[in-house]
Amino acid sequence: MNAIRTEALTKHYPVGFWRQRPYVALDALTLDVHQGEVFGFLGPNGAGKTTTLKLLMQLTYPTSGRAEILGQPVGDVSVKRRIGYLPENPYFYDYLTAEELLHYFAGLFGYAAADRRRRVAGLLDEMGIGAERRLQLRKFSKGMLQRVGIAQAIINDPEVVFFDEPMSGLDPLGRREIRELILRLRERGCTVFFSSHVLSDAEALCSRVAIVASGRLAATGDLSEILATHARGWELVMAGLDDTVLEAATASGRVERVTPLGGRRYALALPLSVAPDRLVADLVSQGGELVSVNPIHETLEDFYVRQIGAVENDRGLAAV
Amino acid sequence: MRLIGQIAVNVFKESVRDKVLYNLVAFAVLMIAVSYLLGQLTAGQDMKIIKDLGLAAIASFGRLIAVFIGIGLVWKEVERRSIYSLLSKPIHRYEFILGKYAGLALTLFVNVVVMTAAFYAVLAYLNTQFPESVRVSWPAPATDPGMLRAIALIFLELLLITAVALFFSTFSSPFLSAALTLGLWVIGHFNDDLRSFETVVESPVAAYFARGLYYVLPNFGAFDIKTQVVYALPVPWLYVVTTTAYACVYIAFLLAGAVAIFSKRDFR
Repeated sequence: MNAIRTEALTKHYPVGFWRQRPYVALDALTLDVHQGEVFGFLGPNGAGKTTTLKLLMQLTYPTSGRAEILGQPVGDVSVKRRIGYLPENPYFYDYLTAEELLHYFAGLFGYAAADRRRRVAGLLDEMGIGAERRLQLRKFSKGMLQRVGIAQAIINDPEVVFFDEPMSGLDPLGRREIRELILRLRERGCTVFFSSHVLSDAEALCSRVAIVASGRLAATGDLSEILATHARGWELVMAGLDDTVLEAATASGRVERVTPLGGRRYALALPLSVAPDRLVADLVSQGGELVSVNPIHETLEDFYVRQIGAVENDRGLAAV
Repeated sequence: MRLIGQIAVNVFKESVRDKVLYNLVAFAVLMIAVSYLLGQLTAGQDMKIIKDLGLAAIASFGRLIAVFIGIGLVWKEVERRSIYSLLSKPIHRYEFILGKYAGLALTLFVNVVVMTAAFYAVLAYLNTQFPESVRVSWPAPATDPGMLRAIALIFLELLLITAVALFFSTFSSPFLSAALTLGLWVIGHFNDDLRSFETVVESPVAAYFARGLYYVLPNFGAFDIKTQVVYALPVPWLYVVTTTAYACVYIAFLLAGAVAIFSKRDFR
């Protein structure tokens, strides 16, 4: 059973006043998230990430398609007992303290008073909220509210937790703490689905990612496979080459860049279109000696930019 | 039921900590004090004026609380997005609406009780300030418990206003909700005139239309028995019971409408 499953999930919003037309916020999103994994839901602003999360939380209703969490349709109240949700830029009740808010939310799960007290105190400690827990939330900074938001999302020890931009508003130390928290949640067997446009967070945490752009799924897959299978070139390390040979190779366009490594060794960057075995044969015939040859993999950022670009081009062509 | 109670307690807590609420209570108490001062200037009529003004103050400040908190109950949660976290918890949308309503009803109840206590305290004090010869000329004793009937109906009116405000706030902005609620309240006070509209118009269509409006619009005038209690005129218990039943049915329809609209709403 998947932790989350969406099938052709689509959301149109009407825009305009007199002559309303549909704005496609999400276009036939089909996605599977496995249990126990940290899943990164990536995309630029306005890509449809928050819309997807709102559909999964039943804060909005789909135009078509369906979604399930833990094998049950979204919106089923019994599912909500098993999940947690941090909205983007969370905001709570001005006149409640952090402690009172968490007590209130824990009460909605039906925990007894003693259990509530234990959970709330433990979570506030875990989120680094000390004496401030007795301050009214209107006095909290954005970063502190984000911590409270994360605490309320995991108050029920959820099996699946949804974080919408969890690092937003946090300082570097706070970001690291949240990264560690997400890893701890994964160790406990919790599935973490988080949306972000900060790729370094996804690279550090996720086992799988999906990239959305303009409401469409641009790519999805295992992060290590994406990065391993998408080479953007080759790196040769050669020894014993003359400058004239290197200049000729660069001039021919077969080598993009030469980096001296010392001891007459050079790192040669080749574009993906150049077969490294032929170049190696040529260079060896001119006195060179092969030390190593390795593919240069794309970073997640390269992959992301390429996927977003492809979707944008598609849209451009469709518009033409 | 437990969840509705928890949401209601949270609304109550928020309202009590909201300074505006304290101001309104303080204002109501001040109003009662002013009525006392006014009474000093009108010999012989003091007690009736004080009772009338006191009951009017309880109703007016209650209405202000009902309208201005009622219209923000749902809107504030949506606008500030606190509803996102709340609705991701194991609650139904109808529980949210009923919890919000119950919370404001509780707030109003506490306010009405506080204002009533202050009102009776002023009356009890004034009672000691007049000689027996003046007191016997009053149509009813200063601290006449019969006034509680009027206050009970004021409270019912407040519950109905809250339901109207909550209904409008599920689909419109606070400004529009306030305008619609106040508009309905004003029309609702002239509801009896709509019933007898056929006596002043010749068009049967207009008469039927007015009669239709009479049955659809809330009859707020029915909750006003201030004059009767101040002048110690009889207010049958049957009237109080039927008015209560009317309010309960109307409130139930409004809340059902609010739940139906809110349950279909998209939070963009």
